[in-house]
Amino acid sequence: MSGTGDLLSKGPATPPTSPHTPKTGTANPLVAMTQNLRTSGIYIAFVLVVALFALLTDGLSLSPGNITNILLQYSYVLVLAIGMVIVIIAGHIDLSVGSVVALTGAVAAKVSISGGHPWWVGILAALGVGLLIGAWQGFWVAFVGIPAFIVTLAGMLLFRGLTYYVLDNVSLSPFPAQYTKVATGFINGIMGGYGYDAFTLLIGVLAVVGYAVSQVRTRVARVRYDQVVDAMPLFILRIVLIAVVVMALAWQLAHSRGLPVVLIILAVLILAYSVVTRSTVFGRQVYAIGGNLAAAQLSGVNVRRVNFWIFVNMGFLAAMAGVIFSSRSNGAQPGAGTSFELDAIAAAFIGGAAVTGGIGTVRGAMVGGLLVGVISNGMQLLGLEQYLQQVIKGLVLLLAVAFDVYNKRRAGGR
Amino acid sequence: MTDNILEMRSITKTFPGVKALSDVSLSVRRGEVHAICGENGAGKSTLMKVLSGVYPFGSYDGEIHFDGQLSKFSNISDSEHAGIAIIHQELALVPFLSIAENLFLGNERKGRGGLIDWNRANGEASRLLARVGLSENPTTPIGQLGVGKQQLVEIAKALSKDVKLLILDEPTAALNDTDSAHLLGLLRQLQAEGMTSIMISHKLNEIEEIADTTTIIRDGRTIETFAMAGEAVSQDRIIRGMVGRDLDSRFPDRTSNPGEEVLRVEHWTVRHPQQDRLVVDDAGFSVRAGEVIGIAGLMGAGRTELAMSVFGRSYGRYQGGQIFKRGEPIQARSVQEAIKHGIAYATEDRKKYGLNLIDDIKRNISAAALDKLASGGFVNAQEEIRVAEDSKKSMNIKAPTVMSLTGKLSGGNQQKVVLSKWIYSDPDVLILDEPTRGIDVGAKFEIYTIINRLVAAGKAVIVISSELPELLGICDRIYTLAFGRITGEVQVSEATQEGLMSLMTRDRTPVRAGAHSASDATGTGTTSTTTTPDDTQEHSA
Repeated sequence: MSGTGDLLSKGPATPPTSPHTPKTGTANPLVAMTQNLRTSGIYIAFVLVVALFALLTDGLSLSPGNITNILLQYSYVLVLAIGMVIVIIAGHIDLSVGSVVALTGAVAAKVSISGGHPWWVGILAALGVGLLIGAWQGFWVAFVGIPAFIVTLAGMLLFRGLTYYVLDNVSLSPFPAQYTKVATGFINGIMGGYGYDAFTLLIGVLAVVGYAVSQVRTRVARVRYDQVVDAMPLFILRIVLIAVVVMALAWQLAHSRGLPVVLIILAVLILAYSVVTRSTVFGRQVYAIGGNLAAAQLSGVNVRRVNFWIFVNMGFLAAMAGVIFSSRSNGAQPGAGTSFELDAIAAAFIGGAAVTGGIGTVRGAMVGGLLVGVISNGMQLLGLEQYLQQVIKGLVLLLAVAFDVYNKRRAGGR
Repeated sequence: MTDNILEMRSITKTFPGVKALSDVSLSVRRGEVHAICGENGAGKSTLMKVLSGVYPFGSYDGEIHFDGQLSKFSNISDSEHAGIAIIHQELALVPFLSIAENLFLGNERKGRGGLIDWNRANGEASRLLARVGLSENPTTPIGQLGVGKQQLVEIAKALSKDVKLLILDEPTAALNDTDSAHLLGLLRQLQAEGMTSIMISHKLNEIEEIADTTTIIRDGRTIETFAMAGEAVSQDRIIRGMVGRDLDSRFPDRTSNPGEEVLRVEHWTVRHPQQDRLVVDDAGFSVRAGEVIGIAGLMGAGRTELAMSVFGRSYGRYQGGQIFKRGEPIQARSVQEAIKHGIAYATEDRKKYGLNLIDDIKRNISAAALDKLASGGFVNAQEEIRVAEDSKKSMNIKAPTVMSLTGKLSGGNQQKVVLSKWIYSDPDVLILDEPTRGIDVGAKFEIYTIINRLVAAGKAVIVISSELPELLGICDRIYTLAFGRITGEVQVSEATQEGLMSLMTRDRTPVRAGAHSASDATGTGTTSTTTTPDDTQEHSA
């Protein structure tokens, strides 16, 4: 409750006389955080988990090499989670993505390794197959009206079987060198630096500036439309916090191998899909369908078309994940991607998506996925036994959804 | 004092930031029918939730004495054990289970070895059904019964639990007049057997008819309790207590000034989505700019089916018929096409079909016309807020901000959000299906005012309503619908409730495809049959 906030705060009942005095919320960060526990809870949990493992591993988990490792190791799950959270918001589920990862990776291998075509032809082939798979599943879900659970359960078997067929039941490797750069390549040394990569730091600075500019622009627009905005100290605090985290990450990466290519891919996807879900007609219709299907239909939403494209998109992102995964493992295996769908689903739910649809964010799913990644990685660093790692991951998922249900009930009030 | 079965003393219930009930007292005498009236959000439901243990003892201040004992219910089953049964507005029956299974759900009739004794269950079910005047087979699935009969099954379920106090929340809201009358009769019969009932209702004529005592709640406080017998208690007296002011008229004045015909529907025929029968049979109607027409019909007459099938064939299977917009034939085979042609339909069930309850006000308002807010597929979120703020102001939507979830609004305010959504889509014709169902007197008046504003702006409005006084109060013309067919068209100046009712009950023979019974030529004299106003359509063509 510091001074500036009180001066700027105005009750919602008294509309400001002039648009130049912005209506602001509380200036107390703790109050602001608890006001919306549902959305901020995951971030708090994430910070706590990172701190816990940093403590347990004597800072090893935050070492440059390990941070790079986590990002490389979980990038494909995050890519899958982007598509999955959209599927879940619309009230569906996709159990087939693990098999799709395997099949698209196998197709890329067949084209690039057995076929001897250039690496990019392999990638394009994989993405094309992903889109076809998405259209296939979208057709059954949207136009025939079969529940996605069934369609994608069938798809899980179907595409796994096709993977065996494409690969003749044996692994294919190695990929051309350029292909493996997708997941294991780094941009390093473009601008030089003494023991650290200046380019990585520059990208970090650009990201921070971009974030700050977009925040200020949103704030200005909201004030112009006479909307409640965060109190100025809180607003600045948030930007500073983000800046610190991003710069710390960039600093650590710069001291390791530089900027991973896959991180750039991931950042572009996250940005693009955040905009798609938040600000496009398509994104809004996804939320409308998940929130109340009948009402969306009667409001003129072309439910079939939206559902169809949701699955086409999921197929595309699963193919992206397939390329990244096969690139990272430098080959295609018949058993690749097993249980990836569960990691992606877990990420979406831990990130606050509602089991009943209508609620969820790309950002939340990303933090949810990273949370699982940090926990798994930390447990590996600690050398915990395999069984314990599984048990703990299971409990985390359960607790995250329980926390969500508890919050909903608390907010439900009357 | 001893003959009071229920004493609620100084009940105060606070939610974070809101005092829902402050110092409410309620005394119910043994064996009476006690009505509770109040606007939506006045605190009636909260009071009943306190009574039934949904809000457990300790979460409120004050005392509840039931049947001579201080009650400390910590959940619903506690209050059920004590003999209190609530029948909610939204029925809690499982549609795929049989009547008997529903009756004894959670209270199964067990025989030897803990298995369910179905003979005993069905036998007891038959007796319970007879008690509430239902002659149905107890093995019939609930889903096959109409709403009126389901309501009776709910009461039978309460009776099976040895209930002493029966609480009915808006029991007749979804019922037609015949079913309502039956229900009220049953309440009177149970009263004769010594049952005490509390009835929450917006239907003042029913309260007048059946209640012994009425308690009025406004803004979380008890306003007054009075006996209905003795002194002359008029409906106006109750309304005055509920809204805290005199309602000079329940309907705002409007000068009717219809322009040219906007929409005409001819020979509209629709089949039931599953069964092989016609729900709308050769129906036709027309509406002009600046005109309000009403569609009157009993439950099951096909009113909603007619409206929804016209609105982009969103109900049933299209069999035939043509829609004309300003004289030109149009195609509206999907909701999108209907909206494009300037038709809007506000549903009768706003929670199920009208709103995304887990989303906020602004996004619900923009849902039917997102394209207006978008350029290149991107929604202008700030403009959306401005649109919502405008609606909030002009429609008087009572909510903290346009970012409030619609699920938390009262029925009247939810209805205003639904109307805002369709008004923002800028239609030429608005079909309003039961626009005032389940909302209080004050909000009803506001809805009527909004309708008047729409027609003054040259829109054509079609109102479907179960309440004949409402249709007579706001419409220019009224069509009557019976068994899927238009049975009459009446100018409101010539219409009476009795005349409409006789038209609504006119053709009792089941409708078959293409069947045109000749028996419907005799009317009450104030009617004309369903031919379209032929002059107007030719001019605009």
